[in-house]
Amino acid sequence: MYSAIVFLPLVGALIAGFGGRVIGDRGAQIVTCGAMIVSSVLALVAFWEVAIGGRTFTVDVLTWIASGSFEANWALRWDTLTAVMVLVVTVVSTMVHVYSVGYMSHDASIPRFMAYLSIFTFAMLMLVTADNLVQLFFGWEGVGVASYLLIGFWFHKPSANAAAIKAFVVNRVGDFGFALGIFGCFMLFDTVSLDVIFAAAPEKAGTTLNFLGMQGDALTIIAILLFIGAMGKSAQLGLHTWLPDAMEGPTPVSALIHAATMVTAGVFLVARMSPLFEYAPIALQVVTIVGAATAFFAATVGMCQNDIKRVIAYSTCSQLGYMFFALGVSAYPAAIFHLMTHAFFKALLFLSAGSVIHALSDEQDMRNMGGIWKKIPFTYAMMWIGSLALAGVPLFAGFYSKDMILESAYGSHTGVGQFAFWMGIAAALMTAFYSWRLIIMTFHGTPRMSDEVLHHVHESPKVMLIPLAFLAAGAVLSGWAGYEWFVGEGMAEFWRESIKILPDNNSIAAAHHVPFWVKAAPLVVGVIGIGLAYLMYMFRPHLPGLLAARFRPIYLFLLNKWYFDELYDWLFVKRSWQVGVAFWQGGDRAIIDGFGPDGVSAVARNLAARAGRLQTGYVYHYAFSMLIGVVALVSWYLAFGG
Amino acid sequence: MASNAPLLSLVIFLPLVGVFFILLTRGEEAQVAINCRWQALLISTAVFLVSLLIWYNFDPTTADFQMVERYDWIPGSSIAYHVGVDGISMWFVLLSTLLTPICILASWEAVQSRVKEYMIAFLVLETLMVGMFCALDILVFYVFFEGVLIPMFLIIGVWGGQRRVYAAFKFFLYTLGGSVLMMIAILAMYWEAGTTDIPTLLVFKFAPALQTWLWLAFFASFAVKVPMWPVHTWLPDAHVEAPTAGSVILAGVLLKMGGYGFLRFSIPMFPEASDYFAPLVFALSVVAVIYTSLVALVQQDMKKLIAYSSVAHMGFVTIGMFTLTTQGVEGSIFQMLSHGVVSGALFLCVGVVYDRLHTREISAYGGLANNMPRYALVFMVFTLASVGLPGTSGFVGELLILTGAFKVNTWLAALAATGLILGAAYMLYLYRRVVFGVLDKDSVKAMLDLSPREIALFAPLIVLVFWMGIYPSTFIDMMSVSVDNLITNYKVALGEAGTAMAAR
Repeated sequence: MYSAIVFLPLVGALIAGFGGRVIGDRGAQIVTCGAMIVSSVLALVAFWEVAIGGRTFTVDVLTWIASGSFEANWALRWDTLTAVMVLVVTVVSTMVHVYSVGYMSHDASIPRFMAYLSIFTFAMLMLVTADNLVQLFFGWEGVGVASYLLIGFWFHKPSANAAAIKAFVVNRVGDFGFALGIFGCFMLFDTVSLDVIFAAAPEKAGTTLNFLGMQGDALTIIAILLFIGAMGKSAQLGLHTWLPDAMEGPTPVSALIHAATMVTAGVFLVARMSPLFEYAPIALQVVTIVGAATAFFAATVGMCQNDIKRVIAYSTCSQLGYMFFALGVSAYPAAIFHLMTHAFFKALLFLSAGSVIHALSDEQDMRNMGGIWKKIPFTYAMMWIGSLALAGVPLFAGFYSKDMILESAYGSHTGVGQFAFWMGIAAALMTAFYSWRLIIMTFHGTPRMSDEVLHHVHESPKVMLIPLAFLAAGAVLSGWAGYEWFVGEGMAEFWRESIKILPDNNSIAAAHHVPFWVKAAPLVVGVIGIGLAYLMYMFRPHLPGLLAARFRPIYLFLLNKWYFDELYDWLFVKRSWQVGVAFWQGGDRAIIDGFGPDGVSAVARNLAARAGRLQTGYVYHYAFSMLIGVVALVSWYLAFGG
Repeated sequence: MASNAPLLSLVIFLPLVGVFFILLTRGEEAQVAINCRWQALLISTAVFLVSLLIWYNFDPTTADFQMVERYDWIPGSSIAYHVGVDGISMWFVLLSTLLTPICILASWEAVQSRVKEYMIAFLVLETLMVGMFCALDILVFYVFFEGVLIPMFLIIGVWGGQRRVYAAFKFFLYTLGGSVLMMIAILAMYWEAGTTDIPTLLVFKFAPALQTWLWLAFFASFAVKVPMWPVHTWLPDAHVEAPTAGSVILAGVLLKMGGYGFLRFSIPMFPEASDYFAPLVFALSVVAVIYTSLVALVQQDMKKLIAYSSVAHMGFVTIGMFTLTTQGVEGSIFQMLSHGVVSGALFLCVGVVYDRLHTREISAYGGLANNMPRYALVFMVFTLASVGLPGTSGFVGELLILTGAFKVNTWLAALAATGLILGAAYMLYLYRRVVFGVLDKDSVKAMLDLSPREIALFAPLIVLVFWMGIYPSTFIDMMSVSVDNLITNYKVALGEAGTAMAAR
């Protein structure tokens, strides 16, 4: 059963991918969705047995790489953290599979799309069940490739192709760090097996490692390298540029990969490696600062975007920042809790946005929307539920998890924790603002699309709406239902060995005792944000334009995403190109070939030509040169021979 | 088959039997061409099947040479026809015998002139390649090693593209310098040790000063073959001008001769010099990885791009073996095998579209995913394998090499690992321009998807890519004892040298 959960999606993908022509579009949909439904039901059973029932074990599958002491096997590790992740991944993936049946119904290559979705799910499950770092890396790169294929699914669009490559290459920059982290682990622990590393981590605390000429604390260096990998996958500040562009992919992809699951792999990685990070306090501070900065940065950009999917993408980026600073203050359970609730409500938001896009004949620009809430009431309601959960309104899922993160940050009583708390509060204000800006611009006001599009606006088919309803249930209930297990009284018993928190770092315990204003602050700023959005976009619609004109530099700075893309393009892409051309034309052609083979043959030809010129054929030339020779010989003999 | 049958000689000389039959073929030109193709295919497939027996009979628990045969060659000297395989060379023999029938099948329609001579050249090439990997006498090795160049030179020079003569001569010029120095080194070793027998030479201790010179002489020859920066510029030209099958065998097997040479001669025979020069090798390799990756990024010609990527990948190989760690050496052997399969397949992928459109210009293509979906899938698999995706063969080698490199020097590992990023960039950019995009060129629209013959070419390679990626133990287990032996002897030799130095 435990293997079936992981491998069923793979089987579905292979059947749909290679048998697509035989079984047809409908067959491919049935096979992949069927495999996912079975897998998610089994995942629920596994959650019951592993997380609630308290079992921890490893399923060995096959030897993989064994070279000297370097041993990595294909194996499925099951503990609470894995069970939670598997449940989230399979459930959201199932919903997205079913939703795609409706959303992609007009597409020409349905089997390919379904196969890609399933192959992604397989890779993600391999990632979360890994029992060693190398298998984790397999899943890590596997989801990267699936993401590459799905972003570039509409391969006739140049923008989609560019976004796909960008996503893969930027992720590779992160993977570069991750890979070095794995090598560091192997050097320090002489193994890549998670269990052995975790057991040995305490005694390795304080050992030093020479990395790139710097002598530093070994665990800190390794933890930061692994975190660089997490930054790439989870689109943290600096390596975030691929995520907004990834919205070029079909919307179900954005929901599954770029909101609910793949981008949270970084959060999972740090939580999984908590027994290591706990002994690397400096690395944890780095995680906190990067996470808090990302939460703030992405929220500021999210306020000014006009593409409905990009707003949600920056919102995802920002929420991931929350999860990271929770990890940084050792509130790993809170981060995973938010990961779960976020998976539900963000998938809901994306799929609702997809429903809007579907209704508006593939329009994504919010400036061309408006006034359609009566025509698509169900989608409208779903968008509200998702936004309420995102903004952290009481009783909705985000309220429980986000507040716990902010309280933990405050409760940690460290400098970086305070920084994260205030960044988080600021981001919470902006989150509420852009969420309602999105709702109002999309659904209210006067319709701004062409009459033809307006005429076609229709509610999506049931096959798309039912998954929305399931996700909405998750967005409402998961926070309330999971609170006790994840971060409440039953926390220690629920997580057991899967997450390690040193007694001194227990910020979640401290979070239960923070002052009242800390608990109330997120809600207050949330309400202010919602009010501001109503004021600016509903009641005083000329205000945004006025503000944008008044503070034009700031507006442009935000609209252009702090100019990260321009900077990277100038710094890396253009420079690589120039250097490549210089090496090719200057290095290979001019210098190496010039002095090497071409030069040698040129010299040889030159000498031959000169020698040839001497042979003129006139007897007196030869006679003259012989005479010179004789004179030279005689002179030589007279001078030195005597 | 009984294990005392002369298996290796059979594999080495069976292709020559095929050559004999092809020579006897007479008749009308078209008919001769067809007969020659079939004869070459059948005989090379038979060679491959026989070579599988080597694997079957191979004992992975010993580092000794196996299936040894020895016949005196030049009386009164130690020079003998002496062959045998260990866990390192066995895989290269199999790689050669696998790629030869694939190459012959790949030339089925592409080569229409002088088919008879073409097939003869390939079968002779096979004999020389296998002989080179099996040779246990340094003079026999030298004969095969240099002999390989002749059919290759002819394949490029006769069946190549427009600038084939320039390319063939460049190829020849580069290798010439190295060959002369290697010959002198071999003579010096003979004078010093009194034998040309490789197993004897492996345990002979050369004086440190002499080691340095011998190492450099061998390096001059092997570095060109690998090829290492800055003696790599023959490779893009040779690849571009060679016919598809020529590129496959060049990338698949001939580049490995250099790497194999390092493992068979430089490292075990001159351990102290290897230790002394390792930083040089690392520096050149890192430059190769970064420099050629950047050059690959800006190429407009598909074959040149893949040729430059070969240089980068071989840079990983030379890093791995000179780390002298278990992971590094096993990784570099594995990477060579993987690269043989993957880059061979990538050149076949180029060949498929070249046969249809007769241009290697990347910009002439675009949107092939629409009319060639099978091709798009095959090309994607090998692109990802080249990028080093876990689960494909490319990953295992790179991972092990970098693991080994990290132990030796973190700078080395970090700089080499940038190849992972650049590799993804240039391969995906190539794939995008060829396969993705809008199908708007009339000439490209007319292209047909893979034929059954072409599918038959790719099928075994795809199986191998995943087999090596998912269950590499099949391959690593066979080589591990030989590699351990290599490393142990190296460490022992260095240890003795260290104590000798201290005693002085």
